[in-house]
Amino acid sequence: MIKHEKAAILFRHALRRFSFLLCLGIAGALFSATLVRFAPGYGVQERELDPRWSAQSVEALRQEQVLHEGLASFYFHYLSALAHGDFGESDSLKRPVRELLAQRLPLTGNAIIRGLGVAWLAAALLAYLGLASRGWFYEASGTAVSSLLLSLPSAVIAMLAVHLRAPAFCAISVVVFPRLHRYMRSLLVRSYDQPHVLAARARGLGSVSIFWRHVLPLAMPPLLALLGVSFAIAFGAAIPIEALCDSPGLGQLAWQAALSRDLPLIVNVTLIVCLVMLAANALADLAGRAFAGDTQ
Amino acid sequence: MIRRVCVVLTLTLVLCLPSFVGADSASQPGGELHFCLRGEPKTFNPLLVEEDASEAIRYLTGGVLVRLNRQTQALEPSLAVSWKVSPDGRTIKFWLRTGLHFSDGTPFASDDVAYTMKALMDPQLHSPTGDSFRSGEGQVEIQAPTSDTVAVTFPAPVAGLERLFDQVAILSAHSPKKEMAVLGPFYVADYAPGSSVLLRRNTNYWKKDKDGKPLPYLDSIRLDIQRNRDIEVLRFRRGEIHLINALDAEYFDRLQKEMPAAAHDAGPGLDAEFMWFNQVPTAPLSEQKKNWFRATEFRKAISMAINRSDLSRVVFSGHAQPAFGPVSPANHFWFNSSLPVPQYDSVGALRLLAQAGFRLQDGTLRDSSGNRVEFTVITNSGNKSREQMVAMIQQDLSQIGIKVNLVTLDFPSLIERITRTYDYEACLLGLVNTDLDPNSQMNVWLSSAENHQWNPKQSKPATTWEAELDRLMHSQASATSDKKRKADWDRVQQIVAEQQPFIYLVNKDAMSAISPAVVGSAPSVLDPHAYWNADALRLGPDPALGAQK
Amino acid sequence: MSPVQKAAALTLCMIFALMVFATIFVPAPYARQFRDVPNAGPSTAHPLGTDALGRDSLSRLLYGTRVSLLLAPAAALLSTLIAAVLGSAAGFLGGSFERIVLAVTDISLALPWLFLLLTVRAMLPLDVPPMASVIIAFLMMGLLGWQASVRVICAAARGVRDSDFLLLARSSGCKPVRLLLCQVAPNLRPLFYAQFWISIPLFILTEANLSILGLGVMEPMPSWGNLLRGFEDFSAVAANPWRLVPLILLVIVVMCFQLVLPSQEVIQ
Repeated sequence: MIKHEKAAILFRHALRRFSFLLCLGIAGALFSATLVRFAPGYGVQERELDPRWSAQSVEALRQEQVLHEGLASFYFHYLSALAHGDFGESDSLKRPVRELLAQRLPLTGNAIIRGLGVAWLAAALLAYLGLASRGWFYEASGTAVSSLLLSLPSAVIAMLAVHLRAPAFCAISVVVFPRLHRYMRSLLVRSYDQPHVLAARARGLGSVSIFWRHVLPLAMPPLLALLGVSFAIAFGAAIPIEALCDSPGLGQLAWQAALSRDLPLIVNVTLIVCLVMLAANALADLAGRAFAGDTQ
Repeated sequence: MIRRVCVVLTLTLVLCLPSFVGADSASQPGGELHFCLRGEPKTFNPLLVEEDASEAIRYLTGGVLVRLNRQTQALEPSLAVSWKVSPDGRTIKFWLRTGLHFSDGTPFASDDVAYTMKALMDPQLHSPTGDSFRSGEGQVEIQAPTSDTVAVTFPAPVAGLERLFDQVAILSAHSPKKEMAVLGPFYVADYAPGSSVLLRRNTNYWKKDKDGKPLPYLDSIRLDIQRNRDIEVLRFRRGEIHLINALDAEYFDRLQKEMPAAAHDAGPGLDAEFMWFNQVPTAPLSEQKKNWFRATEFRKAISMAINRSDLSRVVFSGHAQPAFGPVSPANHFWFNSSLPVPQYDSVGALRLLAQAGFRLQDGTLRDSSGNRVEFTVITNSGNKSREQMVAMIQQDLSQIGIKVNLVTLDFPSLIERITRTYDYEACLLGLVNTDLDPNSQMNVWLSSAENHQWNPKQSKPATTWEAELDRLMHSQASATSDKKRKADWDRVQQIVAEQQPFIYLVNKDAMSAISPAVVGSAPSVLDPHAYWNADALRLGPDPALGAQK
Repeated sequence: MSPVQKAAALTLCMIFALMVFATIFVPAPYARQFRDVPNAGPSTAHPLGTDALGRDSLSRLLYGTRVSLLLAPAAALLSTLIAAVLGSAAGFLGGSFERIVLAVTDISLALPWLFLLLTVRAMLPLDVPPMASVIIAFLMMGLLGWQASVRVICAAARGVRDSDFLLLARSSGCKPVRLLLCQVAPNLRPLFYAQFWISIPLFILTEANLSILGLGVMEPMPSWGNLLRGFEDFSAVAANPWRLVPLILLVIVVMCFQLVLPSQEVIQ
């Protein structure tokens, strides 16, 4: 009986959370529509500089742009279309946005997940190694490497990836790794200096069991928060990296849409990115609280 | 023990990394030419082509009535065996080849040409190709009396009529595939959006080489969509692509050092970089600046004070020529060679400025009211050579006491400023000229037109020289003899040199990169520089590639 | 201070001194073009060679250091302050306030801020002095760059909220604001420092990217971002290794910031 009730409560909670996230995502998308609409260069096209167009054609082109004029009516049409699963049509690419998103999302998702995986693995290993050594040489060289990686422009990292024929996710992991490493290292150091860990070591417990049973559970909540953050960083890095590596993913789509002021595309890409980040962070949060709840 | 485990795991990770590395570059099957498009093709309908990527596909797949040979700059019969333009310049009659078929087998006849022209001249259709034919109000009449003759009559004379048909790819009136059925050397076999376009040989292509073998030699052409020029050059170096159609000066130098046989400089092209001052009367500028920009002596002095040979030598590493007018010397027929070539002369510039009331005081130039002469040049961001040109112009003009600021803007913001709000002082941009005929620049020189950048859409000409330009442009558009048109156009170039509404800076060279594996290439000054004769190109064994692989 | 920290602090002081007294050291004004020697190698007249327009690279590096070293840490400080305030308040107060702050953070990471920056550029007059335009750019970056660390700070603040010493302070009648400032914030300092020094190179590089919008440093003013953008051509850099000097300098500065700031603090 209690289990059923618990499950029902959990389900209701999850549903409420999910609809809250959806509303937030849509609010974000509409806000980005406002930003784009009022930024300079909206409704202006490069083709206006082509001297071959006659005056009537240029007028006709300008009339086309007037369709997106009213922001309130744009909101209304967009939301009603969204309710039917229709994401609209891209102005610059002249194809349905849904098709574009379906094509590109898996590629970017793949790159981000693999990139994050490699970055986390590398950061964790090196943080642990650093912990074990704790000498000044290790710290200095670790600092040098992560400073170098932070100081390289993402354009250069992407070009290096192209030079070495490495796929885009390698560039993403190189960008995320230095930011993770330092946080993880200070987190681990603080966790190992906790009194109960010292007590466990004094009692002669093996290092593996200390790590799994005493250090990790306490470090879990901030680590999961870090997971959410690294997700955001990876997504942010994916945009210029994909644009530079010419990998046909969501990042490149967002870049092109921004350059050509393609309103329907930008709004939908923002919606997807919002939802993905909100969902990832919400899951990380829940997992963190579950962990904290369990150990207490 | 933990440390040992970690070291082992780290080593495993490091060793695993090579397996993450992507697949090696695809080897070239015999007969597939591989190069890059700089953007996504927006359409495959040849009537609606506006940008470079779609234009490239149209060039390779479309069959045209007459083809402009990019090397000799003369018209050659293509689908039309011969043609005749009536004396009044309004009607053109074509005699077509017989027995031809579209790529899907549909027979080709005069009603296909009629269908194409009717669709192109539809007033609801807005395309640069169609607009080039629109010389006046009225209906266009198309007659196809027999299956191999077609006559098109325009309401008003169209200047350079037959050359315009180089851009009109003939569509099939009857084929179920609509615009995908083509008469050119290749047809679109596959399109992966965002990634690549595959063109396959059209076995029904009409052209044969001098031994009677059917063209094209190539089996297929793969066009990758690659926006980044650094990556394009990288791929060319690796042998993944065979050619780069338009190469910038810095990449040219890089390639020339490594692969001298591959880098080709066909000489000065038609493209020009120029600067102009905002002369719009309603612009949100101060009155004093408006007065400066409207003074002819001011503009001429600025033009004299800019060292164009330094610009060509430093910014473009010698791969550009100083430009002084709207027509490049590469355009043999239309260039006015009798115009004097101005020299770089800052002393003469100061003298000219003194005539307009400007004085040099303690190293700064001041106008007649004592205001310091200073202005801002806008240009589009991401173009290194333009930023460098403005940096050099800053130093040149500082020697006559003028302070120049630079603001780079992203392209849409820039266009908004120069076409809508007119909130700018001076602008530096380039013009990509694909057409030799001056009539294509009608909308630049007519004072009522959109592209009369320094003061567009005037209700009546603001100055006498702009009124004269209007008269000359209308005259050359309706003139029937090329000699008369050249006289008008020479006078236009003279007025531009005297008034300097556009201060022309350089004509860039037409540079391309072609791998030695491509046999039969002949880089030309006209676009497409590297593959204008795609139907006659062949792939041979590449000696350089052989060494690498 | 440990010897490593002392060395790092000394290096930073030297670099700052170099930056302040740059005018004495430079061989030529940074904008002067020696058009006969573009892309030259190191020589007695030009110790670090010249750039593509023949301008002395050493002068440009020293002047660029001024812009970047003054403004990037200022922007990093601004963004860290905003993140610190929001994150610790959210973690400490918890409940719906925390949820709102975290949701706003997530959404603002996904928004195309490009367009806000474009609007700012459009509102600025074209003849605004270049230095003012750069200061505005860094201000915008500081105001928009806080999102990444809010979550981590929030999680850590939540952890501190449940600790014993805070319970003691609260039961002694400490007001929430004082609790936040005197008890929670000092314990989160390592995280703040980590965020600060990570942001510095980020803002230096972002300034280079902002030149696409017209908000970065305009010709002829140099900046590290401008100098670093030339690295996309590897073969040229490999052939002219002195061009790596700006990158090396940036790495050294970032390393020094990281080593100087105490980022390993033990709780109690």
